[in-house]
Amino acid sequence: MDREFFRMRGITKVYKMGDEDAVVLRGIDLDIQRGEYLSVLGPSGSGKSTLMNIIGCLDQPTEGEYALDGNRIEDLDELELARIRGSEIGFVFQNAQLLTRLDAQKNVELPLIYAGVRPKERERRAREMLSLVGLSDRMHHRPNQLSGGQQQRVAVARALVTNPTLLLADEPTGALDQRTGRQIMELFQQLSGEGRTIIMITHDLNIAKCARRVVHIIDGNLTEGEEATSP
Amino acid sequence: MKRMGSGILGSFFMLVESVRMSVANIRQNRLRSFLTILGILIGVTAVIALITTIQSVSGSISDSFSSMGAGTLTVSATGTELKAGLDAEDMRRIAELDGVLGVTPSVSLSTKVARGGALETGVAVSGKNDFYFESNPDAIARGRAINALDLEGKSRVCLINADMVDLFFYGVDPVGEVLYIGGLDFTVIGILSESADETVQSMLSGSADIMIPYTTALKMNSESLVTGITVYTEGDSAAVQDSIEAFLDALYNYEDDTYEITTMDSIEDTMDSMLSMMSALLGGIASIALVVGGIGIMNMMLTSVTERTVEIGLKKAVGARPGQIQAQFLIESFLLSVVGGVSGALLGVALSAALCSVMGTSFQLSYAAIALGVGFSAAVGILFGWSPARKASKLNPIDALRRM
Ligand SMILES: Nc1ncnc2c1ncn2[C@@H]1O[C@H](COP(=O)(O)OP(=O)(O)O)[C@@H](O)[C@H]1O
Ligand SMILES: [Mg+2]
Repeated sequence: MDREFFRMRGITKVYKMGDEDAVVLRGIDLDIQRGEYLSVLGPSGSGKSTLMNIIGCLDQPTEGEYALDGNRIEDLDELELARIRGSEIGFVFQNAQLLTRLDAQKNVELPLIYAGVRPKERERRAREMLSLVGLSDRMHHRPNQLSGGQQQRVAVARALVTNPTLLLADEPTGALDQRTGRQIMELFQQLSGEGRTIIMITHDLNIAKCARRVVHIIDGNLTEGEEATSP
Repeated sequence: MKRMGSGILGSFFMLVESVRMSVANIRQNRLRSFLTILGILIGVTAVIALITTIQSVSGSISDSFSSMGAGTLTVSATGTELKAGLDAEDMRRIAELDGVLGVTPSVSLSTKVARGGALETGVAVSGKNDFYFESNPDAIARGRAINALDLEGKSRVCLINADMVDLFFYGVDPVGEVLYIGGLDFTVIGILSESADETVQSMLSGSADIMIPYTTALKMNSESLVTGITVYTEGDSAAVQDSIEAFLDALYNYEDDTYEITTMDSIEDTMDSMLSMMSALLGGIASIALVVGGIGIMNMMLTSVTERTVEIGLKKAVGARPGQIQAQFLIESFLLSVVGGVSGALLGVALSAALCSVMGTSFQLSYAAIALGVGFSAAVGILFGWSPARKASKLNPIDALRRM
């Protein structure tokens, strides 16, 4: 029924490097169902972040078609892309990327500020999300008063506060030690259990295995789980 | 498609939050913000102090003008070759025109004055008539005025001011004594007060040290006609000006450039336009300081954009539109410049008030100058903040985030 929820066809990304063209993505096809938990596994430099930026509407493919929740991305202008980023997608980066001047709650409110949500409503939703990631007692801590794992959880809360269609995470445990990394993975598992659609990018096979579906990306080519050959 | 915020109200909440974030940013870089604000502050202070001071000076000048020159106009009649000035009969007829109270001729000469061993050259001597002393009763400190008999007889009598008393009559009562003016012996009949001769003419051409009957002065100049008179009017001086013009036109056979009538208003107008030109010029020079302040803001904002590249990328990733990013930076530069502008305005007004009290002129608060200073600084903030803000809004979020 939801065939058009997430559909990529022939996505190619080429960077112009002086005279030479650097081909980073070589015709990627990918379909995702609503509620799926997918991980993209690949070595460093294989094009994972490039793919994620295209999925997150931060970057445009050189060629190919991409539709998300009924929006044909290549047809959208800068304003509509900003709206999609703000409402359809929640980003979690490798480093939590919190604003150091703001406390945890305000950081989580940030996407709602740009969406023009009322202050009371913003506050309520930010608190709700912080409790969800287990930080109800850290609402007014600044990032530098939080541990790495806690910061990443604030980032997850921020990604979820707009109730996005898609949660996108680029190496969310890359900057964490194993134990806190595992805690974040447990959080993702819990979110997936609640029916969230998640795409997680990683170079770590153990992390990738947390997802129900794994795709491999090597040198800009995407292959489904079992068929892939380990590098 | 999902919609979260409501249109106009949503933009308002966003704006409130942007102002808050801007204030936080400004406060985080305290020293840098302070220096930037200082740049604007100095510019606005200079502009407002200059303009307010000049306007106060100009205000008090025109106040004193109208107090001393109310109801007078000056006629400078060079006449024709046949009749190069005005005679006593002409003056009498002008004095009899409707609305004219009287006429005072002004005959000036600069000459040697001597008594005993003392000699002074280049003394300003002015010939006056009896009407002058009638209409300026405060002119005489002691003694008597020049009267009709003095004028008729071209008597050698004089009134002298305090400087002349000091020069020639140290320790002697001058009244009744003899003073040699231009080689002729004059009897001193009175002492002029400090405020004597405070007319517009004397203000423009210097006041007289000695006053003698104008008929005597004409004779000493070997002239028979008067070229300058002051006409004292009652009521509307413009109507009187018309009838004087009609009289002089007839007198000089309707030839051009035979006379010139100067009213208080026209002198004031000239003075005003001179002063406003001066304030425009000085204000213009001072506003260069504002431009320099603006460049300071631009510099700070550019630095800030570079420093906050990652932050901008992140905000874009969570849905900030380019316009929202631009607004954020514009608000910041606007706040910086307005804080500088308002405090500069206050400082400028204080400085101007101090200057005015030092110069002894009454201080006049100019709301226009304050509006100009604050408005101009706000404009500078937006103008110089525009390009950095635009640069921020155009930042590619990927380039920004790759730096992580
Ligand atoms: N702006 C760019 N210009 C040129 N090459 C780029 C640019 N961005 C990424 N690349 C190249 O694309 C390749 C894939 O990068 P990336 O997607 O970040 O890989 P990953 O996230 O898998 O480590 C790398 O070889 C990188 O050098
Ligand atoms: Mg990467």
